[in-house]
This record gives sequence, C-alpha cells and structure tokens, in this order.
Amino acid sequence: MSKQLSTEKIQSRQDLQAIRDIYTKSYEAEEKKILVCAGTGCISGGSLEIYQRFINLMKEKGIACAVELEEEPHGDAVGIKQCGCHGFCEMGVLIRIEPQGYLYTKVKIEDCEEIIDKTIVAGELVERLAYTKDGQVYARQDDIPFYKKQTRLVLEHCGLIDATSIKEYLSVGGYTAIEKALFDLNRDDIITTISDSNLRGRGGGGFPAGRKWAQVKSQPDGQKYVVCNGDEGDPGAFMDRSIMEGDPHRMIEGMMIAAYACGASEGYVYVRAEYPMAVQRLRTAIEQAEAVGILGDNILGTDFSFRLKINRGAGAFVCGEGSALTASIEGKRGMPRVKPPRTVEHGLWDKPTVLNNVETFANVPLIIERGADWYKGIGPDNSPGTKAFALTGNIENTGLIEVPMGTTLKEVLFDVGGGIRYGKKFKAVQIGGPSGGCLTEKHLDLPLDFDSLKKVGAMIGSGGLVVMDEDTCMVEVARFFMNFTQNESCGKCVPCREGTKLMLDVLERIVEGEGRDGDIDMLLELADTISSTALCGLGKTAPSPVVSTISEFRDEYDAHIYEKRCPAGECSKLKSIFIEPTECKGCTKCAKLCPVGAISGKVKEPFTIDPAVCIKCGACLDACPFGAIKEA
Amino acid sequence: MQEQSSSFDYSVIDDIVEAQAALGGSIIAILQDVQEQFRYLPREVFPYLANKLKISQANIYSVATFYENFSLDPKGEYVIKVCDGTACHVRKSIPILERLKKELGLIGDQHTTPDLLFTVETVSCLGACGLAPVVTVNDKVYPAMTPDTATELLNSLKKEAADVQTA
Repeated sequence: MSKQLSTEKIQSRQDLQAIRDIYTKSYEAEEKKILVCAGTGCISGGSLEIYQRFINLMKEKGIACAVELEEEPHGDAVGIKQCGCHGFCEMGVLIRIEPQGYLYTKVKIEDCEEIIDKTIVAGELVERLAYTKDGQVYARQDDIPFYKKQTRLVLEHCGLIDATSIKEYLSVGGYTAIEKALFDLNRDDIITTISDSNLRGRGGGGFPAGRKWAQVKSQPDGQKYVVCNGDEGDPGAFMDRSIMEGDPHRMIEGMMIAAYACGASEGYVYVRAEYPMAVQRLRTAIEQAEAVGILGDNILGTDFSFRLKINRGAGAFVCGEGSALTASIEGKRGMPRVKPPRTVEHGLWDKPTVLNNVETFANVPLIIERGADWYKGIGPDNSPGTKAFALTGNIENTGLIEVPMGTTLKEVLFDVGGGIRYGKKFKAVQIGGPSGGCLTEKHLDLPLDFDSLKKVGAMIGSGGLVVMDEDTCMVEVARFFMNFTQNESCGKCVPCREGTKLMLDVLERIVEGEGRDGDIDMLLELADTISSTALCGLGKTAPSPVVSTISEFRDEYDAHIYEKRCPAGECSKLKSIFIEPTECKGCTKCAKLCPVGAISGKVKEPFTIDPAVCIKCGACLDACPFGAIKEA
Repeated sequence: MQEQSSSFDYSVIDDIVEAQAALGGSIIAILQDVQEQFRYLPREVFPYLANKLKISQANIYSVATFYENFSLDPKGEYVIKVCDGTACHVRKSIPILERLKKELGLIGDQHTTPDLLFTVETVSCLGACGLAPVVTVNDKVYPAMTPDTATELLNSLKKEAADVQTA
C-alpha cells in the first residue's frame, strides 16, 4: 500500500516517487478541467466568484467535480482549479478548458452556465468568448498570436495547474529536480551544472548564479542562508509576482537546490508589501511542503534540512538592493552598505548568503532536470535561457510574456504585443525601470539580452517593458522616474540624496516651461557625478532614464526649454489654448466662465484668448458648446 | 519613561509580540501587525514596545519612519491607493488621483478626510500593470479606472459607509 499524502510524511526517494506517481495518474485521468485564472488581475475581475459559481452550478446539475486531485480518481469528474496568471491580463477573466485547450476571455459570472452546458457537457466552443482578432476566431490558447510566439519555460505551469496545491505540482513532475540533486548529484555537481548553464541573475545585474553559489559554498562551514529577493519594486514589472502567485513550489524547489549545494539550512523569501496574494500563496505552499516533509528536517530521509520563512516588505524600493534587503530582514532600516564585503561573504546576519531573485530560482529546477547543455541551447551564448517580461503601457496586448533571451524588440512589441494601442505610432519603450533607459525605433532590431542592452545604455532590469506612443512626453517620463528615485532614495549617501533632488528640480522646471539655457548640461553633469559616486547600484543608475532620454530625444528637451513647447502635447503648463475663429459663434459663455478674464470679444463675433493672461485651467475647453476652443 | 495611557488597550500589543516571538519575527513584522490592527501606529505603542522588547524608542521610531507603509497619523476607514507606477502613469493615473482628492475636498498634502472615512494616497506599483490604471480600496483591486469611474466608486463607498452606520 502506497503512502497517503494526507496522513504520512514523505521519508524517502521511493515515497516521493510513489506519491508523485499517484498524482500524475490522477492528473492524467482527469480528462476535463476548468482552469480559472486566479492571478491578481483576474481576481479583480471577479474570477474567484466565477470559480465558486462553476462549483455550485456543477453541483446543481449533478456533474461530478473535483476541486483537488484525488488519490483514487473517478474518471469522469471535472477538475476545477485556481491557477496562476495566464499572462493575458488585458483579456481577463481568463478561463482555460481542457482537454480542448480553449481559452475563454473576458468571462463574466453570467457566462458560467453556458460554458458548462456547451463546452463541458457537449464539447462545443462558446464562440463569443473566444479571442477574436481581425475577424478571426482563435479557439485554442496555443493558436493565439500572443502565446504562439512565446517560449514559456519558467511560466510553463502558470495557468495550467492549481497554484494552491502541492499535489498538482507533484503531478506534473514537481520536486524531481531536488530529488535528483539529493540522490544523483553531489554538491559540486550542482554548482558545476549551474555554472555551465551560465544562468545569469534575473534581477537586473546579470551576475552568473553559479559563481555566486560557488563563492558561498567555498566559505567555511557553519550557518549560511539562502534568500530570495521578491521585492519587485520596479514600477511596471510583475514577473516575479506572477511566479510567486502562479507556481510557488517551483521557486521553493529552486531555493532548496541552492541551499543544498551551498550548505545552507535556512532560507528567507522577501516579498513586497504590495503583493498580498503572493504572500498568501507562498505561505500555503510552504505549509503544504512542511506538512508532507518536503521542507523541514532530514528531507527525503537525507541529512539535508531546510526551513523557509517569509518576510513581508514594508514599502521601500531600496530594499531590492542586496545589503538593504538583508538589513530589512534583520529588522533594521533598509539601507545599503559599502561593498565589499559582498553578500556571499557577509550577508544576512553577517553570514554567507546566496541572494537571487524569484525568476532566477525558478529557472534552477529546469536546469538541474534537463542539464546545462539543454539550457544553453536557448538564447544567445552569453545570456542563455528565457526571460519573462511585463509588457505594459500603450500596447495592444498587455500582460506577462516569456521569450528566449535575444528575441528582438520588434518581435516582442509587434508579434507578441500586437503593436501600439489605438494604431498610434511607436515612440519608445522604457526597459529596466528607474535604473534603465529607453529604446527607440532604431533599436527595434536589437536583441533583448544582458550584453546587447548594456551596449546601448539600457539594462534588462527585472524585465519591465513600458511602451510609449507618440503622445508621451519623454521629458515628463524622465521627470516621473527622477521623482520616483528621489522619493525612494534612502538618504544614506549624499550623491543620491541631494543629487537626485537637484536633478528633479531642473526637470520640474523644464516641464513647467521655466527651463533655462544650460539646464541640459547641468543634468548631464549631475548624472555623471551621481553615477560615479553613489553608494549602491540603485543610486548609481538613478540618472539613467534622464541620460537616455537626453541622448535619444534631445530635441524634445530643447523644445521645452527654448520654445516653451511640449511636442507631445502632454505638459499642461506648456499648452496653449486658443479659439478657432471659424467655429466660434460669439455666445460669450467662455468669457463669463474664465476665472482670470483672459477671454474677450464682441457678442456674435469670434472671441479671443489673451495668452499672457490665460492660466491654462481648461475651464473654457469643457464649457464651449461648439467645440471651438482648442489646445495646441 | 513615559507613563502608560490608561485608555489604550495594551493587551493587543502583547498578543502581537507573543505571536511574532514564536515566528521569530523582527520589529518590522511587529509594527506591521500593530498597523493592521489600528490602521496606523498609535504613539502609545512606541514607549510600550521599547520597554517590552528592551530596545530604544529611537530605534523603533527610526524603523517606523523609514518604511513607506508605516503611518504615524490615523488613516481613513477606506484607504484608496491610486497606482502611479510607470504603466499606470502613462495610461493617465494622475487625473484619477486629482478627481478623488477634489471630490473629497483634500487639498495639498492632506491625505485623510477629517471624519477619518477616506484616505487617498499614491503607491508606486501594485504589479497589476496589465489592468492599468489601477486603484485599490483596502487592498481590493479595481482595474482600468477613469476619473468618472473613480467618482462612481467613491459614491458607492460613501453609500456603503452610510448603510453600515444606519444599520
């Protein structure tokens, strides 16, 4: 009699294999599945209510349904699952139906009954819920252009398995990699495999993970830590959140492998306070893993023990920096310190620490399972593997995507992303958040990988891609990022604390039409000083968005400073409001409304606005019954 | 040492400290739990915790003022956060913020209404960029907002609050 997960702990390799076997069979026997997206996006669209509605409806209709994999499955039960983010957030609530692989978009609670009657019972497509583009209906998820061009490896389970169940993770081969690591490899083999695979840190820096691990392992034995950086603070990035929410066990398994290889017995996951769902899913995952004995003492009967704790952040961007993050876990102000010594020598509580981000750890089980050579076969030599990107802003298909490293910007924006929203013209994409830079039309053929981006003054960062169209003012974008970094500056070092403040002052005056001759040079000089003297990586890269927008869009800065004009028409202080004489009927409404008396004219003749008096409040714009008042 | 305030319920703090001690939680985790309870960090907490945990008040205060999430001022019953991450920003989140502040009569740096019903603040990124621009009310996410839907949301919250009061 094989072990029952619910009652006994897994104590050996054989136990694990037997149990995995049970759930794999159970998963395969479950022919029909309703996979309800339970990512943050779809939940806000009501997906949890939809999930419950499906269960209630099936009960009413006498259709057997299974909310959890069972050890003794009865073949005809319909599996209903809360799974991770499908990535196509724009189209939520998303529901995937097996065995057909249909993807239903924008599902509402009223649609549940039709889905059950037509698709679950009769096997037919509900065409109105399928994704439609240019008149073509895409029934199956895999055929939708947004998915077709992607290579989903790290995200392979997101959207396909229940994110709240360790059984589901086991059923698709979960914890095979840690099993292999513990029984078939020694600690050096693991580090060699990771080094050979050339896995580079997905948090932004691109430091080889294998080298980091080897450095920690080489430290004298004793207490060591493995820390996962889930403090995804870059505005416009949510890859790590989706992994933590959609496939938490994958990340835990990656951390376990790192811990075993480096000789650590304790780990921490540091999660942003803004991600309550990720904290909840991780908590569930850790509890489940502890309950079955995958986390804890003497894992699978070996002498390897590992315990994992969750630390919630408290809202400080700087805590994404390694030494600030460890300080925060220790309960201190999250401020970076001078390096060296590096985290690998003196990390958490001054002990050697492996610190990688969520996506990096999520890559590890795949590499251990399939080998370094397989991994190197994906993407360019210097940046192998895939990269998850959060595609947002003025783009048709916003959402979470994963493509091989080295995919060109054009393919990402136009093939996966479906082009610019509302048919507008592409202007730039901001990559790497507040530490990154902008890429423009001339970079469309640039491969997205660590080294190619570095060469053009940008960085891959954690993977946020914010797309901007012709209506976006690049000076305002620079101001926005500088405002962000200035707010988030921890204040420890002068260059960042004072320098970003000065840069922000200059940028604010430029967008308000008070820019002066010499401001651009001043910005560049400040940028140079901050980059070369700030204490931490975040400070050093804080001026990047400014430098990059100046080099790509200097004409926009010039227009703001010298012509007091915003070419994109976004900066309100630089707008001019005028009355189109051919459309004005002389009704006097605007003149009566104007709070500063800038509008004058004779009744029934075209009125005019005195630009010297006008404060650009826009009151007249909304009031004109003939639409004769315009902005330029 | 400051005297304890007689009107303050310190047993709540005791429970939190005890629970966190079992989990090995740091002062940050303790303050997070306190804030969850009171929606801000009441000033009574500082001397009490300092005494109980044998760390200086200055130390606790330095942590509480460093992190954005901690508030030393009382917050409203409904905390409305307007996301101003990059994705929301380029999809025009600021007009939503301005509308909310205007409707609630919040001027300048004022974030909370005098009746302690609403707090309006920005947050740098909620990671729901696919749904930009996003607003949250007590952590519930409202996607694809506009100034007009923000007004509607506010009205329904006001109604909800009034219903609770009369009930």
